[in-house]
Amino acid sequence: MTAPTTNANSETADLPSDAPPIPEGATMVTVKIERYNPEVDDDLHWESYRIPALPSDRVLNLLHYIKWYIDGTLTFRRSCAHGVCGSDAMRINGVNRLACKVLMKDMFAKKGETSITVEPIKGLPVEKDLLVDMEPFFEAYKAIKPYMVTTGNDPTRERFQSVAERERFDDTTKCILCAACTTSCPVYWSEGSYFGPAAIVNAHRFIFDSRDEAAEERLDILNDIDGVWRCRTTFNCTDACPRGIQVTKAIQEVKRALMFRRR
Amino acid sequence: MQFHKYDVVVVGAGGAGMRAAIESGQRARTAVLTKLYPTRSHTGAAQGGMCAALANVEEDNWEWHTFDTIKGGDYLVDQDAAEVMAKEAIDAVLDLEKMGLPFNRTPEGRIDQRRFGGHTRDHGKSPVRRSCYAADRTGHMILQTLYQNCIKHGVEFFNEFYVLDVNMTTDADGSQRCTGAVAYELATGEIHVFQAKSVIFATGGFGKVFKTTSNAHTLTGDGLGIIYRKGLPLEDMEFYQFHPTGLAGLGILISEAVRGEGGILRNADGERFMERYAPTIKDLAPRDIVARSMALEVLEGRGAGPNKDHVLLDVTHLGEEVLESKLPDITEFSRTYLGVEPLNEPVPVYPTAHYAMGGVPTNVEAEVLADNENVVPGLYAAGEVACVSVHGSNRLGTNSLLDINVFGRRAGIAAAEYANRNEFLELPEEPAQLVEGMVNHLRTAEGGERVATIRTALQETMDANASVYRTEETLKQALSDVQLLKERYGRVAVHDKGKRYNHDLLEAVELGFLLDLAEALVNSALARKESRGGHAREDYTTRDDTNFMRHSMQYKQLPDEEDPNAPLGLTGFRSDIRLDYKPVTVTRYQPMERKY
Repeated sequence: MTAPTTNANSETADLPSDAPPIPEGATMVTVKIERYNPEVDDDLHWESYRIPALPSDRVLNLLHYIKWYIDGTLTFRRSCAHGVCGSDAMRINGVNRLACKVLMKDMFAKKGETSITVEPIKGLPVEKDLLVDMEPFFEAYKAIKPYMVTTGNDPTRERFQSVAERERFDDTTKCILCAACTTSCPVYWSEGSYFGPAAIVNAHRFIFDSRDEAAEERLDILNDIDGVWRCRTTFNCTDACPRGIQVTKAIQEVKRALMFRRR
Repeated sequence: MQFHKYDVVVVGAGGAGMRAAIESGQRARTAVLTKLYPTRSHTGAAQGGMCAALANVEEDNWEWHTFDTIKGGDYLVDQDAAEVMAKEAIDAVLDLEKMGLPFNRTPEGRIDQRRFGGHTRDHGKSPVRRSCYAADRTGHMILQTLYQNCIKHGVEFFNEFYVLDVNMTTDADGSQRCTGAVAYELATGEIHVFQAKSVIFATGGFGKVFKTTSNAHTLTGDGLGIIYRKGLPLEDMEFYQFHPTGLAGLGILISEAVRGEGGILRNADGERFMERYAPTIKDLAPRDIVARSMALEVLEGRGAGPNKDHVLLDVTHLGEEVLESKLPDITEFSRTYLGVEPLNEPVPVYPTAHYAMGGVPTNVEAEVLADNENVVPGLYAAGEVACVSVHGSNRLGTNSLLDINVFGRRAGIAAAEYANRNEFLELPEEPAQLVEGMVNHLRTAEGGERVATIRTALQETMDANASVYRTEETLKQALSDVQLLKERYGRVAVHDKGKRYNHDLLEAVELGFLLDLAEALVNSALARKESRGGHAREDYTTRDDTNFMRHSMQYKQLPDEEDPNAPLGLTGFRSDIRLDYKPVTVTRYQPMERKY
């Protein structure tokens, strides 16, 4: 699994003297990051960092190394570091991934020195480095009424739902709102007014929940000019989803529900 | 600086904060200030479930749940609070279901329930199916459902607003009342003063004092630190839970639900060692017992792997169906992060720092205590930041998701009702002074110390000296290390001097809180010369009810404002701690030997 390059211990010249010792088995890699800080920069630019990486490191570890020991101004969001909070979606080697779920062992070049590129997700305004403005994304989410709507009195105990009814929307309950799908969508890149895959996934989660009573409203919302019909079925979203949700399939199911007005 | 005025301010948007906001928002004008976007909160990482005696699948009642909670907490639980939690658990689960939470179902269409560590039928006879769950992402579904309902109710969020201080007025008798909170806006570096009648802290725990932890990078105990620096007490800080099954070397959590579904812990010889430590409920013993048993197996040379430094979680007998339908996420964690296929081979695991039983002392109305008797009017806390105490010296699995829902709801109602009964109090003359001082100091400091270096050293000493097993010697080592690191922290400098999304500065502030809390943890651990629940002393191996059947209460001694020794801009950052104790509330369960 290790890359066929020289051992990292032999070349530490560029690293700060107080950086942690390079662990055994580490390889030097180059991380190219698209940087932008409107406080000081006129434009986006690339910066490269040569740092040690272990096969078990995640890309997030590398970003932390750069931030903690080389350039404290490097800015990105992260929290849980194991793929459940959805903070660190970014473009890694041109595809949307969570930085905490990409292992370096899968990134090492087969020949020559490994170089990886990291950019902010596309289609949302860059605020600083890898950190983007998430507000448009959450606005689209809120627009599809992402909450259960019921009428009449609540039952004394739980609402009943069969195992099969619960299973019907299981896949779309996994969404962590990381925006990896929406910002991988070429339609979203060119038309920011498109609701985008994540909002449709969350509409699906309620449309196909047997307990919910607002499916028609949500379907009407998604029948809009910026709704599901914009989807060109490129499957980028499905590939991008770190939770393995069948995003394109969910969108197709919503389309079908609209065409036949039944679930 | 910007001013805002709300009846109620909620600090933190995890489960407890949002559950509070849903209640408060329907009763009073409410704002939620949160360091993270709400759905990033660590409630979302909780996996296994939320216990309530619904009795959907077998006989159960809330009294058994109360008993399990008290015994699980090794009798340091305040029993009146445990009763409240176990009783209200049932409605807490049903409320979530009505809000839309997609619980797994029984064949009859009811909420399904499964076994979990320490939860038993009839006072310890056998494990009981009490945990309500949504696959192994129950916390995720709770967080999403609460956020969805906040949207439904129009709750107002201030996202990426990092609260750094709470404002108080001091009455003539020296007692404090809450008047609002001060936040640092990450996007702009601007400081915002929120005047409020009541403030609810729901900022979570501080697992980042340890190196190997299931906790998020952002769990730095900000709320505890803020309140502690006001001279208010922290309760039971020595009780920190180590979850038995972290992925070895990484600390990423593998839910207890794995054992609830039948997973078995084995040592290097393949022996099911929990049979020796807890003959009745074996692998489903409470977490403190399982974690200690694992550590002992390793210490005694029966650890697995080339370095004999972990044990194995065996699920190979459960089959693909159970793994994919009930435990899909953790199956994937194992594949992704360790490259281990749980269907075919056992998963390497070792205890990981997980949950603070202690915290800001509150009563069952979520009101923050100023001392053993009095509350701070207008100040509330709920969730991991708080210590009610329903977890005593060791929390049972699933009781944290329950805690945030029961006491989050109570905090929201109580804070809103208080706000509706009371007028706004005048803010202090310069409400943002402390925060401005802290931020300006850190932004301009030129010292030679690096945040990451100090933080790593802190986490290493805490892992080595204050984790599953402790002794006087190791704790003294930890204390002196932490105090040395605090001194170095006075010379810390950040690289990013900007105002926009200055996360470098944010990490420096967080480190200050971590240092204060690590010191409090070690200080009360040193003083507790007994072993109880999550606090295991090798030099005092038994529980000592005569001397230590009581909660610790630690107060930071505040320095004079003129103190020349206080580092500039970091007043209050000193090491004088007053240690006091508070009696445990006992209602119907007298302490007994804790055996499983």
